[in-house]
Amino acid sequence: MIHSLFLINNAGDLFLEKHWKSVISRSICDYFFEAREKAVEPDNVPPVIRTPHHYLINIYREKIFFVSVIQTEVPPLFVIEFLHRVAETFQDYFGECSETTIKDNVVIVYELLEEMLDNGFPLATESNILKELIRPPTILRSMVNTITGSSNVGETLPTGQLSNIPWRRAGVKYTNNEAYFDVVEEIDAILDKSGTTVFAEIQGVIDACVKLSGMPDLTLSFMNPRLLDDVSFHPCVRYKRWESERVISFIPPDGNFQLMSYHISAQNLVAIPIYVKQNISFFETGSSGRLDITVGPKQTMGKTVECLVVTVHMPKVVLSANLSATQGTYNYDPVTKILLWDIGKLNPQKLPNLKGSLSLQSGAPKPEENPSLNIDLKIQQFAISGLKVNRLDMYGEKYKPFKGVKYVTKAGKFQVRT
Amino acid sequence: MLSPWFLCRNEDLKEMLESNKESLKLEAMKRIVGLIAKGKNASELFPAVVKNVASKNIELKKLVYVYLVRYAEEQQDLALLSISTFQRALKDPNQLIRASALRVLSSIRVPIIVPIMMLAIKEAATDLSPYVRKTAAHAIQKLFSLDPDQKEHLIEVIEKLLKDKSTLVAGSVVMAFEEVCPDRIDLIHKNYRKLCNLLVDVEEWGQVVIIHMLTRYARTQFVSPWREDAVFDENSEKAFYDSEEERRVDQSKPYIMDPDHRLLLRNTKPLLQSRNTAVVMAVSQLYWHLSPKHELSIITKSLVRLLRSHREVQYIVLQNIATMSIQRKGMFEPFMKSFYVRSTDATHIKTLKLEILTNLANEANISTILREFQTYVKSQDKAFAAATIQAIGCCATNISEVTDTCLNGLVLLLSNRDETVVAESVVVIKKLLQTQPSQHSDIIKHMAKLFDNITVPMARASILWLMGEYCEHVPKIAPDVLRKMAKTFTDEEDIVKLQIVNLAAKLYLTNSKQTKLLTQYILNLGKYDQNYDIRDRTRFIRQLIVPNEKSGALSKYARRILMAPKPAPVLQSAFKDRDRFQLGTLSHTLNSQASGYLELSDWPAVAPDQSVRNVEVVEPQKNGNAVKVESRSESESGSESSSSESSSESRSELDSDSDSGTDQKKNTKPKPKTLNIMTKYILIHIVLSISSPFFVNCMCSLLHLCVFLACQFDAVSWPVRVSLQASSPVFVPETSHELLHRMTGKGLSAQYRFTRQPCIYGNSMVSLQLTLSNRTDQALENIHISEKSSTGQNIHRFNAIGELNTTKEDEFSVSIQPAVGELLLPITMSEADFTKEQGNTNTSYWHADETPTNQPIHFSACISRFAGKTVSSGSLVLVSVALKDPDAMITINTEKTVMGSMLLRQVKTALTNSGP
Repeated sequence: MIHSLFLINNAGDLFLEKHWKSVISRSICDYFFEAREKAVEPDNVPPVIRTPHHYLINIYREKIFFVSVIQTEVPPLFVIEFLHRVAETFQDYFGECSETTIKDNVVIVYELLEEMLDNGFPLATESNILKELIRPPTILRSMVNTITGSSNVGETLPTGQLSNIPWRRAGVKYTNNEAYFDVVEEIDAILDKSGTTVFAEIQGVIDACVKLSGMPDLTLSFMNPRLLDDVSFHPCVRYKRWESERVISFIPPDGNFQLMSYHISAQNLVAIPIYVKQNISFFETGSSGRLDITVGPKQTMGKTVECLVVTVHMPKVVLSANLSATQGTYNYDPVTKILLWDIGKLNPQKLPNLKGSLSLQSGAPKPEENPSLNIDLKIQQFAISGLKVNRLDMYGEKYKPFKGVKYVTKAGKFQVRT
Repeated sequence: MLSPWFLCRNEDLKEMLESNKESLKLEAMKRIVGLIAKGKNASELFPAVVKNVASKNIELKKLVYVYLVRYAEEQQDLALLSISTFQRALKDPNQLIRASALRVLSSIRVPIIVPIMMLAIKEAATDLSPYVRKTAAHAIQKLFSLDPDQKEHLIEVIEKLLKDKSTLVAGSVVMAFEEVCPDRIDLIHKNYRKLCNLLVDVEEWGQVVIIHMLTRYARTQFVSPWREDAVFDENSEKAFYDSEEERRVDQSKPYIMDPDHRLLLRNTKPLLQSRNTAVVMAVSQLYWHLSPKHELSIITKSLVRLLRSHREVQYIVLQNIATMSIQRKGMFEPFMKSFYVRSTDATHIKTLKLEILTNLANEANISTILREFQTYVKSQDKAFAAATIQAIGCCATNISEVTDTCLNGLVLLLSNRDETVVAESVVVIKKLLQTQPSQHSDIIKHMAKLFDNITVPMARASILWLMGEYCEHVPKIAPDVLRKMAKTFTDEEDIVKLQIVNLAAKLYLTNSKQTKLLTQYILNLGKYDQNYDIRDRTRFIRQLIVPNEKSGALSKYARRILMAPKPAPVLQSAFKDRDRFQLGTLSHTLNSQASGYLELSDWPAVAPDQSVRNVEVVEPQKNGNAVKVESRSESESGSESSSSESSSESRSELDSDSDSGTDQKKNTKPKPKTLNIMTKYILIHIVLSISSPFFVNCMCSLLHLCVFLACQFDAVSWPVRVSLQASSPVFVPETSHELLHRMTGKGLSAQYRFTRQPCIYGNSMVSLQLTLSNRTDQALENIHISEKSSTGQNIHRFNAIGELNTTKEDEFSVSIQPAVGELLLPITMSEADFTKEQGNTNTSYWHADETPTNQPIHFSACISRFAGKTVSSGSLVLVSVALKDPDAMITINTEKTVMGSMLLRQVKTALTNSGP
């Protein structure tokens, strides 16, 4: 399946290669570079590139291209999903997945890649298993290792690998047993010029941080499970229980993981927490323009909107912006043409406003289209869909765990057309 | 060439590797791996590195393995030095070491060692550890690519491994099957049902491979489920029938889906909820290719969900949706808004979304879509705006109602300032007009009017071409335009000039009276133009149209050459022909056949024999060998405990080698005589009745000649949608248990007993008979159950009992400890269902085995099965007890982990106590 992997940074330097079958010359990447050049933006590089004898499937993540070489037919999503899993594993191990951390930990990276694929077919991708095979680096451990000469590599096969719950390692012990769940909802919306909703839906995930000893069997139930339109689960969740009782029953992996994600579709009415009044206009003459944006609360259910940020991708001809904000700070980057207005907390009494003039490149025609606004926001302790966790029960272990649920609403791809 | 610096650094590494200190060696290996990662050549260190292959330090060893696999192909002779180490490691008691030795051995691409590899694979395929067997499955592919001549031998190993019941092995061996012998469908028959049932528990990557393989398999084995609703894709249907006649014959018979076909569909459905996008896509394509058309809609939601994933995932999913949406608009129409474009999407994503929106357009939603398109046209991404205009053109041709609206909209776009937008609009208008020019002479007129304001050369050129092409529809305007152009000819751009010459020529041929002089004027201007292309064209046109003595035969045909009817360009989706490839494949993404692509065959007209998939019913849990197997793996896995996890581990161990054992036993041992069993059961029955009523209950049912206790499933999970009712209990014990002793209860004593009757207060409650008696002289008053009860329990309180002669108030806390069996309802189900469900349920898993010394029962390989459901939640509890002197093997399948372990304990004690 997956023949080789090349990691390439944004500048086009190939800084890591790994082959699972016979070696493929790195010159194969020339086809990738060609496509990369043609695409201008890294986002526009086609994920699948054909070369005379091979196929290159690549993903772009954290400013790194993961380019894999394929020789025969394979479901492309299989490869893409795997590459993302590799990136996630790096993130999990080193805190971030960047060129520097990969270069610093090249030996662990190599050991990981060796374990994750055998002959191009995934062997161990569960983080719980990998962590037993290759322990993640910590400052303490590397110090101990240099003194005692012990290694980072496990000597026995992780028990998870053989069981039918490969995601959990055996013999977990904690002094404080705790289970935390974060319900994070993101609103994807497109609002049109007049403020009416063109499209809105909610994407939610439940992130869990479970630190429980032994082999706990958890059951999470919701007050209103019918809200959930479409769900996907971590492999630990028992589908049948969900189908029959609408409860989530699972033996959790140890540590952080994403328990489930769900989707509340456009058919349901989605509350939009804020409204935006905007007026952006470019004048025919004088190569200038005006900008006036006001943000106000709409359906917030009494909660405060925080971390409000408005991002505008200005047209290329906008040279500079001379604005004044009643709240927060703004910044216009003339190179990337991005106007960023960081508002912070939304005060319903005094609505934040950004107003002023834009100066355009003289002589250039005025832009056809007004730029659309991208909104970022956060509402703590509130899930916009109204989803509520009812209770969490634990079976199979004797102790009483500490339980907690947190709700956050964020803006996902929230766009206001102008 | 290597730099001197590099050489000396390598020297330094060599020294480190040859030192005695482990840490120095490790440091050196780490640096070497760093070199490999950067793609630097470190092959000359081979001799120094290979010496360390037998190192005790496992990290060092692993790094040496990495090095070896990378360079062995280049240094074949030296690589052979390491082989004996691997051969030794293949016998290591630690399964991880065995597996990694096999991995490295099979990754060394040295043809000389093929026989050694073959031997190692064959041995590993029968290893007790499923992990090693998995590695063996991977090694098969490696050996096959090294030496395809070994195919026959490898197929034998694959055949053996396909029978493996471990979920760990399934994915890898199917992968090997796909690579080595995808055409040997016959190897799958016997394993088909097992694979379907295991699927949910297989790791996600294996699921993808298995689902793709089963899709192919199903297309060769089952008849098409699409006959009834032939209304849907007419085009694909045609391919399956040779003649109309045959089709009619087929339709006369009602279609009944093969149960195996249904099994596959049913078992893959929950996987649509997988977090792995590849799995969801795999199931979607399976449904697309295999399910009856009316069941297809369940995949829509999941596919739309994937659109939230990473950019690359979106790209692939959108491509597949684009193909689907051509054939089945209805599937995605409700989700139309999910395909709306955001300004932050990558260009290729935008184009795909546009494609889908175009496919989804119909009379009802076209106005919404067009409004959406209007915003896209204004996009700053000009390539995307251009694509939108094409999409509008597509909609206009497909839906005749909006053709005029679209045309008008496009005409408005002609005044756009952006060159690409205008050019694209003109091109699209041109295409639209070409399809029905006669009706749209007014648009051509309009364009002529706009002409003066349009400055983009490409657009001007296109309009001129239109004028020329349809000059007969606008006989008055065309010459006038030509007149204007003649005036401005010298100031025009080159492409416009070329079209002016064309227009002049065409007008000359159709309307020479009015335009003869103009044409000659223009041709003269062109003759002296600075651009040689234009001079060239002018010369050519002049020769062609103006008759003179030199022109010869060609000028006769001038009219036919210039005014030839041009075929209208067909506006159709780029995904029109993609459905020839299986969805979700690389070939589909590329729209060309990738190497190794396996064609999906057409449905057979007549289904092949179904019985090939029949497997002799193998008992789910059968022999006591497990104990011995266990003891071996114990040393390997290191942690052997009674946790459910490791017991499931042992299940896989056990399953794999139990086949032969039981078959043998089956044959050799005759069925025990019924009467004989009966007496013995009664014996147990009496002894057990106190300790474990449930068990007795079960045993009694066995008396009734294995009328299996039944079980009710909820409608969703039950395969055939038969809702079974709970059967009545076979035996109700009379014994009551003490709740409150009269001493502690200060005179009040209470006893309880399980009546095993359905509770009148709720289906999920267990009814309990309480007997209260007053052992004092005084009357007791107001006896009731106090409000506080333990968490999670729901007690239907009885009204306070008026008076039992009492003195003073007192409160006692009591607890009822039911035997687990009391919380279960028995149900009837067939043996086959039982086995299926046992393999099926995504449950936790227990087993225990024991060797009671006083065991008097002599059942010969007799297996008893009991099915029940919990009263409170209705979840399934399956118990099977295999009695095999002197061992007993108890298996309990249930999702309720606590209940499972309690039940196990009780059954266990019941069995042990029954001895004397």
